[in-house]
Amino acid sequence: MKVTLNVWRQEGPHREGRMVRYENVDVDPHMSFLEMLDQLNERLILQGEEAIAFDHDCREGICGACGVMIDGQAHGPLPETTTCQLHMRQFKDGDEIHIEPWRAGAFPVVKDLVVDRSAFDRVIQAGGFISVNTGSAPDANLVPVEKKIADSAMDAATCIGCGACVAQCPNGAAQLFTSAKVAHLGMLPQGQPERWGRAAGMVGQMEEESFGSCTNFTECEAVCPKGISVDFIAQMNRDFLKAKLRSS
Amino acid sequence: MSRLMDFYRSPMAKKMVMAVSGVMLFGFVVGHMLGNAKMYLGEHAFNEYAEGLRSLGEPFVPHGQLLWVARIGLLVAVLLHIWSAWQLTLLNRRARPVSYAKKKTTQATYASRTMRWGGVIILAFVIYHLMHLTFGSVHPNFDATNPFHNVVSGFQNVWVSLFYIVANIALAFHLYHGLWSMFQSLGLDHPSYKGLRRPFAALFATLVTVGNISFPLAVLAGVVKLS
Ligand code: HEM
Ligand code: FES
Repeated sequence: MKVTLNVWRQEGPHREGRMVRYENVDVDPHMSFLEMLDQLNERLILQGEEAIAFDHDCREGICGACGVMIDGQAHGPLPETTTCQLHMRQFKDGDEIHIEPWRAGAFPVVKDLVVDRSAFDRVIQAGGFISVNTGSAPDANLVPVEKKIADSAMDAATCIGCGACVAQCPNGAAQLFTSAKVAHLGMLPQGQPERWGRAAGMVGQMEEESFGSCTNFTECEAVCPKGISVDFIAQMNRDFLKAKLRSS
Repeated sequence: MSRLMDFYRSPMAKKMVMAVSGVMLFGFVVGHMLGNAKMYLGEHAFNEYAEGLRSLGEPFVPHGQLLWVARIGLLVAVLLHIWSAWQLTLLNRRARPVSYAKKKTTQATYASRTMRWGGVIILAFVIYHLMHLTFGSVHPNFDATNPFHNVVSGFQNVWVSLFYIVANIALAFHLYHGLWSMFQSLGLDHPSYKGLRRPFAALFATLVTVGNISFPLAVLAGVVKLS
């Protein structure tokens, strides 16, 4: 089948970018979305043009490196699916597809479809850890964790930090990401000693970065490749408020 | 105080201020609607209620004073609500400096997407409403001693009634998203009531709106009329 692509091309961080149209791109319905881009890149290189830069690593939906806006939806039309796990059989012959980088003040474009997501790393550094003694590994069941809590913490921990939530949010807000990270450790017994500092620290760092503010659109939840719920946002807000009340 | 200002610098805190001031306004809107429903009991009951608001707290406080305390409280809530909404809106614009060539909405409700313009419509309505039925400056035959007369003769104008109806529909959407959003913003999501938050928001938005819209309709239909 053949599709037409409109791809954002931008040579570097502070350069002007524009949408470029690629017509008659040959694709096999079994190709992944990234393979389709790989193939287009081969064509571009043979034509002596610059290949389209895009991020990817594991190509199995677990690393969070890939991720572009496909027809105005982060990671494309399939729910709970990363761009690398999206296949061209989801599209029809003759489709026109728009591919854009994540758009957010906090995620400046590096090149073409690649954005700088180090703002997320700084949010993690501000509290996304627990302190443990070094030495040999403790017994696995030394600290009992209630099943319900273990499940919920695991749901939060599935966040791969891809940034789709920020990209889809009309406010460019990072609440879903930050709340998943705050909740995942904040719910477990191992995360209790730093719980309040973590909530205040990570939210504080999130607010230092150029993210927007949540208006509870819940758009983030709809495009999260791991289906993380906005319930964690309420949890984070509660912990943030408690942390502020405790410190005053 | 400086601690409070420090807290308010955080966008999350602004959102909480918006939620708390919104809840105060919501409480007002519910009370306001229930009070106005007295018009179904006739001119006397309605005017007595209006007078009752002015004599609230007597004989401990002078006539009309407690009403002013409430009015100032409401004004502060309105200003905080709009101020925080304004600041957060500017922040959110900055957070998406380049917009998408193509953007799709996945599951955001109509109500959530119209909060800002809905708020502006409500604000315009509130100003008009005060000039119409509180100060009487835009009312063609205002009688400061007879609120019932002012309401009924005011609503007999179809265009005035229509504006009241449209504005209250805008308020319905604003309340629906606002109430649900308030639970999220304040971190109120205990499993025992989590599933009831949306139905609660829908129910109260509907009750307030049906009540408010019934007043102009009742006047136009001749159910509530001047004696
Ligand atoms: C009777 C009047 C009003 C009531 C009862 C009310 C109530 C509320 C409530 C409860 C919220 C939720 C706060 C949260 O998200 O946690 C809210 C949000 C909001 N209100 Fe109001 N409000 C009123 C009037 C206004 C006016 C006059 C404006 C402005 C011009 C306004 C603008 C907003 C905005 C922009 C939001 C943020 C919505 C979002 O989350 O996206 N509101 N309101
Ligand atoms: S490349 Fe790792 S998640 Fe897509």
